Amino acid sequence: MIEVENLTKFYGNNKAVDNISFKAEEGEILGFLGPNGAGKSTTMNILTGYISSNSGRALIDGIDILEEPIAAKRNIGYLPEYPPLYTDMTVDEYLKFAYNLKKCKMPRNSHIGEICDLVKISDVRGRAIRNLSKGYRQRVGLAQALIGNPGTLILDEPTVGLDPKQIIEIRSLIKKLGKNHTVILSSHILPEIQAVCDRIVVINKGKIVANENAATLAAGLSENLTLRIRVEGKEEEVKKLLSSIPLIKRVATLREAEKGESPSAGVFEYEIEPKKGEDVRRDIFKKLSSRNYPLLMMKSNELTLEEVFLKLVTGDIYGNMQNKKTDQKEAL
Amino acid sequence: MSAILKREISAYFTAPVGYVFVAVCILTSGLFFYLTALSAGSTDLSPVFQLMFFVLMIFVPILTMRLMSEEKRQKADQLLLTAPVSLSGLVIGKFLSAFAVFLIAISVMPVYGLVLSFFVKISWLTLWGNVAGIVFLGGVYISLGLFISSLTENQMIAAVGSIFLNIVIFLFNALGSVIPVKVVAEAVQNLSVYDRYFQFTLGIFELSNALFFLSIMAIFLFLTVRVLEKRRWA
Repeated sequence: MIEVENLTKFYGNNKAVDNISFKAEEGEILGFLGPNGAGKSTTMNILTGYISSNSGRALIDGIDILEEPIAAKRNIGYLPEYPPLYTDMTVDEYLKFAYNLKKCKMPRNSHIGEICDLVKISDVRGRAIRNLSKGYRQRVGLAQALIGNPGTLILDEPTVGLDPKQIIEIRSLIKKLGKNHTVILSSHILPEIQAVCDRIVVINKGKIVANENAATLAAGLSENLTLRIRVEGKEEEVKKLLSSIPLIKRVATLREAEKGESPSAGVFEYEIEPKKGEDVRRDIFKKLSSRNYPLLMMKSNELTLEEVFLKLVTGDIYGNMQNKKTDQKEAL
Repeated sequence: MSAILKREISAYFTAPVGYVFVAVCILTSGLFFYLTALSAGSTDLSPVFQLMFFVLMIFVPILTMRLMSEEKRQKADQLLLTAPVSLSGLVIGKFLSAFAVFLIAISVMPVYGLVLSFFVKISWLTLWGNVAGIVFLGGVYISLGLFISSLTENQMIAAVGSIFLNIVIFLFNALGSVIPVKVVAEAVQNLSVYDRYFQFTLGIFELSNALFFLSIMAIFLFLTVRVLEKRRWA
């Protein structure tokens, strides 16, 4: 279990982490979501005792990391942003070193063997770390964090540098580990956090902007998503037609499709904002086909991380954008 | 601590650094042995030890330069500093690893005595006094080098900085004689590592000298721990 209370960290005059508090229960996967420089790594470095906070405290299984660092560190497996590897060692030597460093009591060879199987690095155990690719290095770093089977895992962007297949493998591994460990994992990729975590803490400029159940957060974010469609036909008429669908709130022409995207001319892309919580895809299809306008593409606009933040901070993406525009006008 | 000690020693001998250091020590001491003892027809090994002072001054920093700096650059220090190990254990482990390589390198020194003893009767006590002196000297240089290495991320800066510092503490010896104020001059003179080492090479084993060397080691190891501690708060 991890408890963080009113943690604050300054780098010079710059407040990197600003009075944050959260809690991760045992058997819970907590996702740390935020853009670069939000304070994710700083928070993790404080939790693991690599750096100290200026105020507030962090408890690992009830032990204060500042007061009893050695006892607290015994329960932590940490994968930092850059895996802390000795490139002159082989994978096997490195993991044995980590094993000795953490003063593990488990049978050494079988324990290391199990971990290597788990993160799928058994085939490179004899190779020097300096010759490994980024993906393998990342996994060796993860293996190091798992050594000693610590109750708490702190993983700073664990899937960076992995290929798509490995990302899926590591995600399912983290999910599996989450059942009997406390896991904190950070990422700046929203779908990744959504796929793995039970609870999501969104952090921006050192402050927590949301701390919610993953399902609630996702549901809140996915309402009033816009659609992007591509239709062949006269722009004015298509727009009129779409506007006549009662569940659609707003239709906007985005641009004419370029030659590479569509072989025929007169193809336009539109953005459609349905009324809150309504699914208008079938209506769009029926309406267009009734007038023989071919529908060439339809996809929902996923929220980008920036939009998620805007939404979390202001409650509404569009409202905020409009406010910004008026602000600019006033400034002029 | 033992995990760090083991890793660092094996790191010395997977890279060429360890071999180079041992080779340089054997080569130079062998050369001095030939020049001052064998070809000069002397049974006194003290000049060999006196000259080794300068060799160690330059080459021990090469042994210690990467101890703390390289880890910081590669960010591998995050593993050590988040592991359940005390900072002092970490620093002592590093110190002992360099010290072990140093001991391997100077283990050739008593062999010169053995070689001479086939032909003449030599003063073994003087030789062991010399060996004790060089062991203390190595410890001092290593603790200095370790401290400088903890201040930077760059190995070359660590090496040059340590050599510079070693030269400065050697110059304390000369500095003493040009300071007109008697009290200050004496104080500086008493800090001279070379003077105290020189007494060892003359076969004088004085407890105060041994304590002096041990104190310097303790001070710089302590400072290294403080540097690591400070990094957490920066």
